[in-house]
Amino acid sequence: MEVLLSVILGFMIIGAIYALHANDLLSAVIAQGIVGYGLVICFLHLKAPDLAIVQIVVETITLIIMVAVVLDSSRKEIKEKPGFKGTINIIAGLIFIGFLIYFFYMAINPLDTFGEHALRMSETYVEQGAQKTGAANLVTGVLWDFRGYDTLGEATILFTAALGILSVLRLKGKK
Amino acid sequence: MEGLTPIVKKVAQLMSGIIFVYGIYIVVHGHLTPGGAFAGGIILAGAFILLILAFGSEVIRLKKEETGSSITESLSILLTLILAIGGLFIGTKVFFNNYLPKGEVGELISAGLIPIYNILIGIEVAAAIITIFLALVIFKEEEEER
Repeated sequence: MEVLLSVILGFMIIGAIYALHANDLLSAVIAQGIVGYGLVICFLHLKAPDLAIVQIVVETITLIIMVAVVLDSSRKEIKEKPGFKGTINIIAGLIFIGFLIYFFYMAINPLDTFGEHALRMSETYVEQGAQKTGAANLVTGVLWDFRGYDTLGEATILFTAALGILSVLRLKGKK
Repeated sequence: MEGLTPIVKKVAQLMSGIIFVYGIYIVVHGHLTPGGAFAGGIILAGAFILLILAFGSEVIRLKKEETGSSITESLSILLTLILAIGGLFIGTKVFFNNYLPKGEVGELISAGLIPIYNILIGIEVAAAIITIFLALVIFKEEEEER
């Protein structure tokens, strides 16, 4: 199981690196699609169909919008060699990545092995979720009953995003 | 924005209804099968985006649609909040209390308020995505007019 996940993650990393170095912006956008659809396969493999459906739909819609934007713009990326300042930035970035990996390793060391969790809360949810919420799909039961406040916040984020885009993307002012 | 060729138009016409019904299915069965408000709402928005991309439209008609979708979005999230605040007055007086009868697990009409929340948030997500898409299209059209 972990072997297949590692292979898909490797493909996703290759796609992301290619997206950074592609000359044509359209191929960069399509290479970015590898990351999203690879994540869909990962979710399906980890038995999370709810997340997989959301991910595949959002990925497709954003890919359509990104392709439309790229076809309208210049498409060619402008490349420059990094100067003195750029070199310092790259070195600082590499040092920071090293620190992050070290602390991430320190943080995940005391956790249980992958797939074996020991949380009292989640066991109660899984056993009694159907009786307490009345929903056959446990994910929806948790989203709208145990964690209703969270989900309201999520819906408000979309509302705020639409508000922000409506107020920023306007050429003619309203009277 | 002008439309595409007749072949694309016909296929979009045939497919968008099926996509719309599938989105409604995902939203309404959110408490029984995988899916739910967010996934179904974006599928509903996809049906509209397909039609707009295939047929094209004038700016004035798009602006009318944008007003309608942003009003729908605001109304549905307001209704969700009113239903959630209703939990403060009925039953055990908790925010997001599920005060309707639960029914039998696995039936279509069960789980009290959860399907109603799902439908409302599905409408909200669909309207929000359409609003964002229309705002981008209208911005581009207005820039070309200048």
